[in-house]
Amino acid sequence: MTAALQFRNLTLGYDRHPAVHHLDGAVESGALVAVVGPNGAGKSTLFKGIVGVLKPLAGRIERGDLNPQNIAYLPQAAEIDRTFPINVYDMVAMGLWRRTGSFGGIDRAARASIEKAIAAVGLTGFEDRGISTLSGGQMQRMLFARLLLQDARVIVLDEPFNAVDAKTSADLFDLVRRWHGERRTVLTAMHDLDFVRANFPETLLLAREPVAWGRTASVLTPENLLTARRMCEAFDQAAALCADEQAPVSPRGGEVARAGDPVRERGVATQD
Amino acid sequence: MSMLNAIFIAPFTEFEFMRRALAGALALALGAGPIGVFLMLRRMSLVGDAMAHAILPGAAVGFLLSGLNLFAMTAGGLIAGFVVALLTGLVARTTELKEDAALATFYLLSLAVGVTIISLKGTNIDLLHVLFGNVLALDDQTLLLIAANATITLIVLAVIYRPLVIECVDPGFMRTVSSAGGPAHLAFLVLVVVNLVSGFHALGTLLAVGIMMLPAAIGRFWARDTTLMILIATASGAVASYAGLLVSFHFGVASGPAIILVAGELYLTSLLFGRVGGLVRQLFPGRHLEA
Repeated sequence: MTAALQFRNLTLGYDRHPAVHHLDGAVESGALVAVVGPNGAGKSTLFKGIVGVLKPLAGRIERGDLNPQNIAYLPQAAEIDRTFPINVYDMVAMGLWRRTGSFGGIDRAARASIEKAIAAVGLTGFEDRGISTLSGGQMQRMLFARLLLQDARVIVLDEPFNAVDAKTSADLFDLVRRWHGERRTVLTAMHDLDFVRANFPETLLLAREPVAWGRTASVLTPENLLTARRMCEAFDQAAALCADEQAPVSPRGGEVARAGDPVRERGVATQD
Repeated sequence: MSMLNAIFIAPFTEFEFMRRALAGALALALGAGPIGVFLMLRRMSLVGDAMAHAILPGAAVGFLLSGLNLFAMTAGGLIAGFVVALLTGLVARTTELKEDAALATFYLLSLAVGVTIISLKGTNIDLLHVLFGNVLALDDQTLLLIAANATITLIVLAVIYRPLVIECVDPGFMRTVSSAGGPAHLAFLVLVVVNLVSGFHALGTLLAVGIMMLPAAIGRFWARDTTLMILIATASGAVASYAGLLVSFHFGVASGPAIILVAGELYLTSLLFGRVGGLVRQLFPGRHLEA
């Protein structure tokens, strides 16, 4: 068993504020992991870090021999311009980028695989439809078809079943199961805990810091879930520097301030 | 027959300046069509206008240094345009500032710098040529420049077409599969500048944007896919060039505005009767189909 992804004291965030703090651990190659946590727990942030859109504030992600094109990513709020005049077929065909690049042609084999992917998500007959005419569920099916073609070793899905009906999410989860069967590594952010218990062998419970990570049954306990909810406090604009950074002073911590330092003395005075 | 000939063909067979004007305007339409379509699809329709303002000071400085010299004015315009385009792209990609805001800041700065330089020199130069161009007075050099720019535009567009389209539809996806999106976008901005510089020789900086945006808007009313939209835009730009020159010839009106007005007429027709979202079709949609 080799690790597909290894997190080493990983801290990710925005504007120096960590959204995921000190995450350690490994995602085994071929694992099917649910990432669970309240809103604001850092699930999307972690995924952005994994695909490399967001650079770590500290620590690192080791991706082994994976290059960025081996990681496919379905963001929660895709930045798709739905008014753009492009049809389902061309949109799905983008999934072949790794093979075609900017100039590569789409040959007969490629066309066959595009049609197969469209059929696999149940969109046969929609090839020529403009993307502006698709419903939310059809859109998600189309994006899954594109993921199929990307043929990636690691697949990261950010709340893929939000706002789609039961039939669509069941159909799409069949594809996730198929990827799992093909020994691909799949990470999926989820909210439906019953669904996670029934379908995901492994779960990471995240609340800006990892609460628990392991077998789903041992992670999704009432105590862990309560802890997670408590830990997800608001994004504090005046947050102190993290002690782990070996910071010499924290703006609020009078105890570190030394006498004779005017700036710090003023800081302490205003607090009093 | 001879009357039709006199109206539609003779002006070009009899007068060399009309042939030159037609060649220049057609070359311009060839490059400007696809550029305009992408500007429109990226919701950057007014970017062309702003870029035209950014180019103006560069061209003016070129004019100031060496008079009405094709090379100096072109180089000045290109430099000013590239600098603004590249800075805009960089700022939009690396900071929270969106592209429109970044462009607004830099084109205004460019304009201010240009005006400052001119006022320092204290020359009251005639910018009419730059403002309104003169498609009827294209010399060999200018014609070659316009043709070369159109060629470059089509070749570069062919090279960056796929990443540019993906970058337009789904920039998030593009970022995860390749780093070609950024360069493709920058190359596209450079092409916008190149075409505006072509345009200002023929139509002037103010109307150069017209031969980009009006055909693009026409295309949007007739096509649902990008390729057809580009073809329609380019064709309507070419038709407007030809018809505009004829109108200008027979009625003695200024040629640049005549070309844009014909394009405007085509646009109004498309707006009313266009197959995709035209007003008449919206008012009388016909009975709906079976589910």
